[in-house]
Amino acid sequence: MSLWLVLAVNSVTLGGLLFLLSAGFSLIFGLMKIPNLTHGSFFMLGAYLATTLIAHGFDFWTAAVVGGLGVAAFGGIVERFILRRLPGAELAQVLVTLGLSFMIADVCLMVWTGDPIRIDTPPALRGATAFAGLAFPTYRLAISGIAVIFAAVLWALLDRTRLGAMIRAGVDDPAMARVVGIRVSRLFTIVFCLGAWLAGFAGVIGGPILSVYPGLDQEMLPLALVVVILGGSGSLLGSFVGSFVVGFLYNFGQAMFPELAYVVLFLPMLIVLVVRPQGLFGRQAI
Amino acid sequence: MKRLALVVALALAATVPLWVSGTYYVNIASQILFYAIFALGINVLAGYAGLVTLGHAGLFGIAAYAGARIMNAGAGHLAVAAGALAVTLVAAAVFAALALRGTGLGFVMITVALGQIVWGVAYRWISITGGDNGISVRGRPSPLGLSLAAPTAFYWATLVVFLVAVVSMAIFAASPFGASVCGTRDQPRRMNALGYHVWMIRFLAFVFSGFWSGVAGLLFLYYNQFVSPQAVALTASAEALLMVISGGTGTLLGPIAGAALVVIMKNVASAYIERWNFVLGAIFVVIVVFMPEGLVPGTARLGRWALAAVHPRAAPRLGAPGPEDA
Repeated sequence: MSLWLVLAVNSVTLGGLLFLLSAGFSLIFGLMKIPNLTHGSFFMLGAYLATTLIAHGFDFWTAAVVGGLGVAAFGGIVERFILRRLPGAELAQVLVTLGLSFMIADVCLMVWTGDPIRIDTPPALRGATAFAGLAFPTYRLAISGIAVIFAAVLWALLDRTRLGAMIRAGVDDPAMARVVGIRVSRLFTIVFCLGAWLAGFAGVIGGPILSVYPGLDQEMLPLALVVVILGGSGSLLGSFVGSFVVGFLYNFGQAMFPELAYVVLFLPMLIVLVVRPQGLFGRQAI
Repeated sequence: MKRLALVVALALAATVPLWVSGTYYVNIASQILFYAIFALGINVLAGYAGLVTLGHAGLFGIAAYAGARIMNAGAGHLAVAAGALAVTLVAAAVFAALALRGTGLGFVMITVALGQIVWGVAYRWISITGGDNGISVRGRPSPLGLSLAAPTAFYWATLVVFLVAVVSMAIFAASPFGASVCGTRDQPRRMNALGYHVWMIRFLAFVFSGFWSGVAGLLFLYYNQFVSPQAVALTASAEALLMVISGGTGTLLGPIAGAALVVIMKNVASAYIERWNFVLGAIFVVIVVFMPEGLVPGTARLGRWALAAVHPRAAPRLGAPGPEDA
């Protein structure tokens, strides 16, 4: 398999992970106007929780779901007891979520030490799959598949259900949504937990590729930021397209200009900001 | 009264190396001063202009890296200072032009992203920045033939720069420009309607803030004679912002007190526990949730509240203005 094809597969895989991470980030940002800087920490925390669960004999998928649930519960607590007290105070929200991310990082360092931990690929997905005469790593294909499935489910949830309609109403006009009887504050908790779960789950299924190590949170957070700035906040399609764009930029940038990988990554974001500040698919400027 | 306090504070600051024992404490005092300059710079944006930035460690670091590169190229110290500050000013202008595409949250996010770009370059572009190893430099400057190699001499030099920064901030805050910056924070639409160019005012405030961040970065380089990606990490930006908000934003003394507080806490905390990041994060959460107006006024309020709970009758007198407040 040629280098380019390997890079392309890796890009699609990273894009899939980023979609899971940034869909929640974008929804939280779009609906609650909260810049959740703990989102990278949710990703890392999910992966760490799963390593412990797997060490206690749980299988990979259980660990992924339960690890995600642990993160979702934690996110719910953060939303209910801290962010709930700071409505509309953007600076306070930035500082609290940033402070929490430092605390989570330090606690993870204390509990799981500084050594990188590998999560083993689930046995059923090891090896390669032959497709069109080429061999693709099965697990990476599976991640892309999971991302697409989640995109479809999230789209259906947002576009086809009552809950989704309420969330969309909340994103568009929270005051009006309240007036017509939607309990926006309960929506906030639901969306925050959902976003946290997606991030935690993404951290676990990203584990076999990225492994888990201190600093993973600070590495993923800017990527999620770029996706949301690129795609537009509160837009699922924006997250989807943005994730794969960033996945490709990051992998190809690292391969072609290893020293400037970050610049390659952020340059398109800056261009989008200058040309279209609301993002490619956003309706309102951030 | 105010003037007397100022004279006393100046006298105390000028004589620090004489009454503290040991170079360790003199060095901490120097750190407080250049971090206070940095905090004052950020305060222009976060306090007066109402634009919270989480990317200023990038500008701080650009000055330090530029200074280190120029110095290691063999240039004199005047060229180092001029070159580093020129580079920082250009960088600040670029940062400002990009970050001001957004306001509020958008601004914060863009500054985070810009700061991370600088970090990424510092970390990855090894041929220019030395990567994780950073860049070491040799020697501090000797302005007017006075060597700054000794901690005491360096402290006094930093104090002079610090005083210039404070005076420039006082002039800024009292000037019509300072007032218009506050106007763009409080009532951007009205300012626009009154004929002020809101974008340009914010842009200039950003560059002004970037300039002092660069000065602080240069002092940081001379102090440590070393710069590494740690100086431009998101943690560094967050620490600096903590200095500003812990002391109270939009005031002259707040960021200085905040810088002293954070530097001392950091040194004390790291002497006893390894978990500075946890402490830093916890302080953020506690301040924001319990003392949104800043640590200094917040502690005073909580103290009054606690006193009032213990001695219900004594409380009103504490809140009333005393003769010394006039």
